[in-house]
Amino acid sequence: MPDTAMPILDVNGLKTVFRTRGGEVHAVNSVDFHLRPGELLGVVGESGSGKSVTMMSLLRLLPSPPAEMRNGTVMFDGQDLLKISPEELRKVRGSKIGFIFQDPMTSLNPVYTVGFQLAEPLRAHLGMSKAQARDRSVELLKLVGIPDPERRLKDFPHQFSGGMRQRVMIAIALACDPQVLIADEPTTALDVTIQAQIIELVKDLRRKLGMAIIWITHDLGVIAGIADRVMVMYAGQVVEEGPVNEIFRDPQHPYTQALLKTVPAVRGPRAERLQVIEGQPPIMHETPDACSFRNRCQYAFDRCARENPALEPVHVPGHRAACFLLDTASTKEPETVHG
Amino acid sequence: MADVRNGTEAQAPLVKVRDLKMYFPIHAGLFRTHVGDIKAVDGISFDIMPGETLGLVGESGCGKSTVGRSILRLYDVTGGTVEINGFEIAHVDRDSLRSKRPMMQMIFQDPQASLNPRMTVASIIGEPLDEHMKLSADERLARIYELMDWVGLNREFAKRYPHEFSGGQRQRIGIARALALNPKFIVCDEPIAALDVSIQAQVVNLLEELQGRLNLTYLFISHDLSMVRHIADRVAVMYLGRIVEIASREKLFAEPLHPYTQALLSAVPEPDPESERNRKPIVLQGDVPSPANPPKGCNFSTRCPKVMDICKLQEPGVFEFGEGRQVACHLYSESMTTTAEPTAGERTN
Ligand SMILES: Nc1ncnc2c1ncn2[C@@H]1O[C@H](COP(=O)(O)OP(=O)(O)O)[C@@H](O)[C@H]1O
Ligand SMILES: Nc1ncnc2c1ncn2[C@@H]1O[C@H](COP(=O)(O)OP(=O)(O)O)[C@@H](O)[C@H]1O
Ligand code: SF4
Ligand code: SF4
Ligand SMILES: [Mg+2]
Ligand SMILES: [Mg+2]
Repeated sequence: MPDTAMPILDVNGLKTVFRTRGGEVHAVNSVDFHLRPGELLGVVGESGSGKSVTMMSLLRLLPSPPAEMRNGTVMFDGQDLLKISPEELRKVRGSKIGFIFQDPMTSLNPVYTVGFQLAEPLRAHLGMSKAQARDRSVELLKLVGIPDPERRLKDFPHQFSGGMRQRVMIAIALACDPQVLIADEPTTALDVTIQAQIIELVKDLRRKLGMAIIWITHDLGVIAGIADRVMVMYAGQVVEEGPVNEIFRDPQHPYTQALLKTVPAVRGPRAERLQVIEGQPPIMHETPDACSFRNRCQYAFDRCARENPALEPVHVPGHRAACFLLDTASTKEPETVHG
Repeated sequence: MADVRNGTEAQAPLVKVRDLKMYFPIHAGLFRTHVGDIKAVDGISFDIMPGETLGLVGESGCGKSTVGRSILRLYDVTGGTVEINGFEIAHVDRDSLRSKRPMMQMIFQDPQASLNPRMTVASIIGEPLDEHMKLSADERLARIYELMDWVGLNREFAKRYPHEFSGGQRQRIGIARALALNPKFIVCDEPIAALDVSIQAQVVNLLEELQGRLNLTYLFISHDLSMVRHIADRVAVMYLGRIVEIASREKLFAEPLHPYTQALLSAVPEPDPESERNRKPIVLQGDVPSPANPPKGCNFSTRCPKVMDICKLQEPGVFEFGEGRQVACHLYSESMTTTAEPTAGERTN
C-alpha cells in the first residue's frame, strides 16, 4: 500500500478515564493513530496497557459510568465517531466496522443459534430478507472454512469447538463486508495449530476482501507474520509505531527493545538465560507527567521523571517513538547517552 | 541442566512411569450406567533423571494435566506404575502415600485459584509445614522467611493476602509453598500460561535458578513450545492420551520426526518478519478427536498429512532412534525395530 493513501480511520488525542472507587484509572492517554485502507496494523503491549480500552473507546462500546471519554476525535468515513448520534453509530458498528473479541464464548450469545446470530446484522444493516440472509450466512460459514455450513446454521455456539467458534465470530464480523475489522486477541485462547488455521484464513480473506485490520495481540510472533505496521502501547500511550520490519529490526524505544528480547523462539539460537524486564507496568491514576516506563528503564535519567516524552519521528518515514534518548535528527544509540 | 547429569552415567531415574492409564468413566441414563471412558491418558511411559526437566507439550485436551496429576496420585490411576525416588506411588495405600507427599509437589497454572484468598502469605506457605513437620513457632517463621527470600518475595509482605499481589508475585507464593517441604520432584502445570510475556520470563528464570540451587527435577507442562525449548532438557509430545515422540530438546527442535511434532513446531510463529515471510506452516485440518472415541489405528490418522492405509488399521509401535529418542509412527517401521520398554531416559549428550 502506498504510504500516501488517505487513512480510513484516523484517531487523535483519544483519552479514556475510568472512575472507580479506588480513584481514577487513566487507561488511554492521548492516543493518536491511523489505519490505511487494506493495511494490517498490529497492536502490542503487556496486559493493562490500554489496547482493548482504546478500541472499545473508538467504537463507544464502554458503559459510562465508569468509563469517561474525556477527549479525542475518531474520523471514519468523513465523520467523527465520537460525535455522531447513536443511530448513526449503530450503522457503523457491526457493518462498516466489524469486531472480534478474545473469548468467543462471551461474545457469542449462547441462547441463539449461530444461524440467527449471522443473519441478524444482515437483516438489520443490509435489509436482507430471511432467505437472502440465510444464503449469505451459508456463504460466510463456507468462506471461513466451516464444513457442512447449511446444517451448522442450526447449531448453538457450545456445539462448536474453540477454533470453529472463533471462525463463526470472524464470519459474523465479516457479514456486512466491513471496511475495517478490529480483532482483539482473536487467537490468544487457541492452540498454535488452530491459531495457524485462523491466521491462514485471515491472510486469505485479506487477499479476497481487502479490508483494513487492527489486530491486537501480545504475541510478537503473530505480529511479525501478519502485520504491515506495528503500534506498541505502554501505560495507555503509544510509545512506538512503525513499519513491521523497522520495529523488529531496529526498535527505538527501550520498552520495545526489551520486549523483543524477552521472547524465546523455537528456531535459531537458544539463549542460556531469558532476558527479563524487571518490575511490572504501572496503573495510571492520573494523566502521565513523566515517562511511564522510567521505573523499568535501564536508560532512565532525571528528565524522564519530569516530563512525558512525545511521539516523535525517527529515521525512517512512518517510524515514531516516545523517548528522550531519541534525538530525532541523529541515529545515536541509547548506550552512548547512558554510559 | 544437562550438565547436572554429566559424569553420573549410571544414575537411576528419579521418576519412572510405565504404561500409565487414566480413564474417566462416562455414566449415562437414569441409573448412571457406565457407558464408556474418556481415555485421557492411555498407556504412556517415560523416565525423568534427577535434576532434569522433562517438557510435556501438546494441544489442550490431550491429557497433559491428567499425566501430571496422575503421577502425583491426585487421581487413582486406571493402570500402570509410577515410581518416584524408588517408591511405588500409583498403588500404595493412603497412609504410605501421605509420608511420600513432601517429596513431590505441584505448581499450578492459575495462582489466583490455587491460593486460599482468606489466608495470609505466611499461612499459605506455612500450611504444608504444619501438616508434615513439627516446628517451633520461631523455626516455622524462619523457614517461611527463607522460602520468601528464595522466590524473591519481600519478607514484609508475609502478612498480606493473595489479592494484594500481581499475577507474577502470586505465582511466586505458589512456588514458595511447593518448596516448603524440600521436594525432589515438582510438576509445573502451565505455570506461566496466565502471566504476561515479560513476567513469564521472570518466573521461568526463577524456576531455573531454584532447580540449580536445590537440585530439583521438573515435569514442565506447557503448550508454549518456545518456552519449553528454553527450559526443558528433554521433551515429550502428547497427542490424544499418548506420547508420540520423546527426544532431547536439541534433537526435537532441530529435526522433529513425528508428523504431529512437525506440524506443531511449524505452526509456531517467530518474532522475525523476514523468516515469517518464508515460513510454510503445516496447517492441520480439523480438531482433535474426542478421547472418549479415539480413531482406530493411529490416534493422529484423522489429521495426519502423511497418513497411509496401515495407519487407519493398526496402532503404530514405538521406534527407538538412539540417545533415548523414541517415535510412535508407521513411517519408521521399515528401518527400525520396536523397543521392548519405552523409557527414553538416556542421557542427552
Ligand atoms: N471497567 C473498568 N474499570 C476500571 N478500570 C478498567 C476497566 N476496564 C479496563 N480498566 C483498566 O484500564 C487499563 C487498560 O486496560 P485494557 O485496555 O483492558 O488493557 P489491555 O487490553 O492492553 O490488556 C487497565 O489498567 C485496566 O485495569
Ligand atoms: N476429572 C475429569 N473428568 C472427566 N474428564 C476429564 C477430567 N479431567 C480431564 N478430563 C478430560 O480428559 C482429557 C484430557 O484433559 P487434560 O489432562 O486436562 O488435558 P490438557 O491438560 O492436555 O489440556 C480431556 O478430554 C478432558 O476433558
Ligand atoms: S524517556 Fe527516559 S525512561 Fe522513558 S524510555 Fe526513554 S530513557 Fe527510558
Ligand atoms: S502412523 Fe500414520 S497417521 Fe500416524 S502419525 Fe505416522 S504416518 Fe501419520
Ligand atoms: Mg485486552
Ligand atoms: Mg492442562
